[in-house]
Amino acid sequence: MQFYRSHVLVCGGTPCVLEGCRAVRDALTGELKRLGLDEEIRVIETGCLGPCALGPVIVVYPEGTLYEKVTVSDVPQIVEEHLLKGRIVRSLTGEGRLRGIVSYEEPAYLETQERIVLRNCGIIDPSSIEEYIASDGYRALAKCLTEMEPCDVIEVVKQSGLVGRGGAAFPTGLKWGFTANADADEKFIICNADEGEPGTFKDRLVLEGDPHSILEAMAIAGYAVGARRGFVYIRGEYGLSIHRINQGIQQAKAMGLLGEDIFGSGFSFDVEVRKGAGAYVCGEETALIESMEGGRGEPRFKPPYPGTHGFLGKPTVVNNVETLANIPPIILNGADWYRGFGTLRCPGTKVFTMTGDINSKGLIEVPMGITLRKIIYEIGGGIPEGRKFKMAQTGGTSGGCLPSEMLDVPMDYFTLPEMGSALGSGALLIMDDSHCIVDIAESFMRFFARESCGKCVPCREGTARLHDIVKNLAQGNGTYEDLRVLKDLSHAMQKTALCGLGQSAPIPIMTMLKYFGDEFEAHIKDRLCPTGTCRL
Amino acid sequence: MKTVEELERIRKQAQAMTRLREGGETTKIVVGMGTCGIAAGARETLSAIMDELARRNIQDVIVTQTGCIGLCEQEPIITVVMPGREKVAYGKVSMEKARKIVASHVVNGQVVGEWVIPTG
Repeated sequence: MQFYRSHVLVCGGTPCVLEGCRAVRDALTGELKRLGLDEEIRVIETGCLGPCALGPVIVVYPEGTLYEKVTVSDVPQIVEEHLLKGRIVRSLTGEGRLRGIVSYEEPAYLETQERIVLRNCGIIDPSSIEEYIASDGYRALAKCLTEMEPCDVIEVVKQSGLVGRGGAAFPTGLKWGFTANADADEKFIICNADEGEPGTFKDRLVLEGDPHSILEAMAIAGYAVGARRGFVYIRGEYGLSIHRINQGIQQAKAMGLLGEDIFGSGFSFDVEVRKGAGAYVCGEETALIESMEGGRGEPRFKPPYPGTHGFLGKPTVVNNVETLANIPPIILNGADWYRGFGTLRCPGTKVFTMTGDINSKGLIEVPMGITLRKIIYEIGGGIPEGRKFKMAQTGGTSGGCLPSEMLDVPMDYFTLPEMGSALGSGALLIMDDSHCIVDIAESFMRFFARESCGKCVPCREGTARLHDIVKNLAQGNGTYEDLRVLKDLSHAMQKTALCGLGQSAPIPIMTMLKYFGDEFEAHIKDRLCPTGTCRL
Repeated sequence: MKTVEELERIRKQAQAMTRLREGGETTKIVVGMGTCGIAAGARETLSAIMDELARRNIQDVIVTQTGCIGLCEQEPIITVVMPGREKVAYGKVSMEKARKIVASHVVNGQVVGEWVIPTG
């Protein structure tokens, strides 16, 4: 085996690819070759490291030095100074805020983070199954197949308290139990990677950064419920995710970690990729299944649930990417270990994608129950340009908008709904005081009106009406009667819409009316925007 | 894959590949690569160390560089840092000396006294 004295990790997550990390990588390998260092220094393209706003990001080991916003013209300096002479180029370094960074003190950015789902993201080479195995990969599957009965596996997942991370927060162990108990000649595992919530990109970065963790978890789920086939339903735009998963499947098959008779246990499991066409509603599990079967992406009436009547009418487990990524560590370390993170009601961690008016945009993983204040000010570095925090939308576009009074509410799947919001998929949109709330509402409602599939009346008509009314308000033509209708309509949609889309579309409006009602009224009464920024 | 032992074997092999990124306590060889060091042949010294480690299939040693520490006269200088032991600096380390230091100090724990730079 080749011995390297230094590893240079180039973040190859999509955000960094867009910032030009490929050119940096090529410049790096070119420069190393020129100086004859290519035999002793290895360049590795990894998954997302986290600080997406600072891309392209590279980390040099063993020192663990993080370089931010690296351009092609910085490369010769880094190679000559750091990699040849061992002098860290201070003018290009970050603050050492990632796991494994040893040369700098580690401020709150990492201390408050807890990396279970992202345990390998940005650390290993996602295109190498060996590196995944080196970090305990496929050991959980081996443990399940050689030491545990399927019902034991389900019991551990139940005990861990893991709930679905796609947004609905349904207990994962219970879901597996339904399918395991269903009597059928064939069962399926589907990984829901149709990440459509605006502002969410965690699933993509997990798939890109650690594809094997998903494949391993799917095989474990298959063993637990008695399924032999799995599908990863990935949205078609996620080119790199699709590539990495397909590559992972091939590698796992070549090693016999997928396929026939895994670990000589008699258990066989195969995974295939299905591409989605980008409809928001296809993230809803029954619409997803409908789309996989070749139908229109529209949700089905429930019950029956997919657990017993899913893909091709067979019992099917549909789990989100992040949910699955939690499975191998839970199996290896046990339910009690997992319960040690997060809160009593909601154990574990949550991956958030931070966007909007915040200094450190990007991907983080924190224990459940952390406060918004900690995320924004300690990890996210606060609001840029000294502006004031106005609101945070938690859970993506279908989540609630929380004002500054709510900054100390614990973020988990049970507390936020009590506040009228939702944790959802983990998108965090932070806005400062320069934004007009009515304007924001208008853009959210336009999104839902466009994405409603039209199958049920409350959603098809409701989302369109919500948009009309809010648009009217934004143009200064609203009345107090409109506010009442908004509330009534929202209420009706939440109670009657067929699926999560229609039921949650009014959540942002309801919370905005609750916490920012005076701003709506100002648009009606004075025909003025208090922030002075909207088109009025 | 048919057995857990097979997985374990691949894991052990692959871990050697990623150990560099783990941090933690391990032996470190630091080569002075300031202009003075490079002029005195530190580049060749570094290559010799790398080669010697690879030849002996030693995976858990970190080789890193540093700048000039002010003893240009003694370059190439290498420092061997082992967990729980005092660090030892060697001066005028040629390629042969470097190989000898790897064999004697890094592998067998015997400091090569005659080449050590005395410190106050």
